[in-house]
Amino acid sequence: MAKLTIEDLKKIKEKVHSDTFLREGDRRVKVTVHMGTCGIAAGAREVMDTLMAEIGESGVSDVIVTTSGCMGLCSREPLVTVEVVNQEPIKYEHMNANKMRQVFKRHIIEGEVQSDFALAKGQEKVD
Amino acid sequence: MLELAMHILDIAENSVRAGATVVTIDIREDEATDSLVIEITDNGEGMDKDELARALDPFYTTKTVRRIGLGLPMLKEACRRCDGTFTIESSRIGGTKVVARFRHSHIDRQPLGNMASTMLMLITGNPDMDFIYTHTKNGAAFSLNTRTIKETIEDVPVNNPEIVRFIRNMIDEGLEEIGAYS
Repeated sequence: MAKLTIEDLKKIKEKVHSDTFLREGDRRVKVTVHMGTCGIAAGAREVMDTLMAEIGESGVSDVIVTTSGCMGLCSREPLVTVEVVNQEPIKYEHMNANKMRQVFKRHIIEGEVQSDFALAKGQEKVD
Repeated sequence: MLELAMHILDIAENSVRAGATVVTIDIREDEATDSLVIEITDNGEGMDKDELARALDPFYTTKTVRRIGLGLPMLKEACRRCDGTFTIESSRIGGTKVVARFRHSHIDRQPLGNMASTMLMLITGNPDMDFIYTHTKNGAAFSLNTRTIKETIEDVPVNNPEIVRFIRNMIDEGLEEIGAYS
């Protein structure tokens, strides 16, 4: 394979430009992967990798992924918060790649909360 | 932590919380001198003398949601068990610099791990921050600067799936080329 260069990046930019892409404010779902020491040690990076791959494959453009720190429930890590616009956020506990795929397909895309892995509903208090 | 890349992600997350705008990650491997050095520097709000003295205490943390902070002590311990050294420098206005040194061939040294994933977590999780990653192995070098990428893609967000794929391939390819994955 030829070496990737800034020229290749420019081509990708042109391609993405001709498609529609998400701009700030167009989001429907925000997914937060908790990325504290505890989360990382428990496998949060693999969970986020899986989520980004699913988003890439499905071609959805209204889901944004972000990270946050530890929220004090280290024993329940990896934790993922799914926040659909105008709905209470749902926190999922003990996540792994398979559970993340299921949550992506059933909750993020189809809107059905996966209560088997859900830990809590609502916003946590952060310092 | 199973990989050095996970320690790096963890330490760089500290920079995120310290409000840094630029984080520099520099990895230098040299088999001739049997050394592996990881240097993470940020321009966030650093620590004063008092805080710095307590930063390596596992029972010290600035967070209020829990009472322990293991990130830095775990990296220090990883260095110690590989005949390495660990230093941290910080000042309120000057940001923070963490240097972790390992004996490259030490049996207990964790593998480098997936640096592409680590960089992507940082880049996509914090699209407004800039990350500069340089990796040298036995004289061959690879570098990635998110500022250059952002200037090229203009208004396309850096966490767009196509861009994410490009960055992942670029890092994997670059590290493969300098032999950092072998």
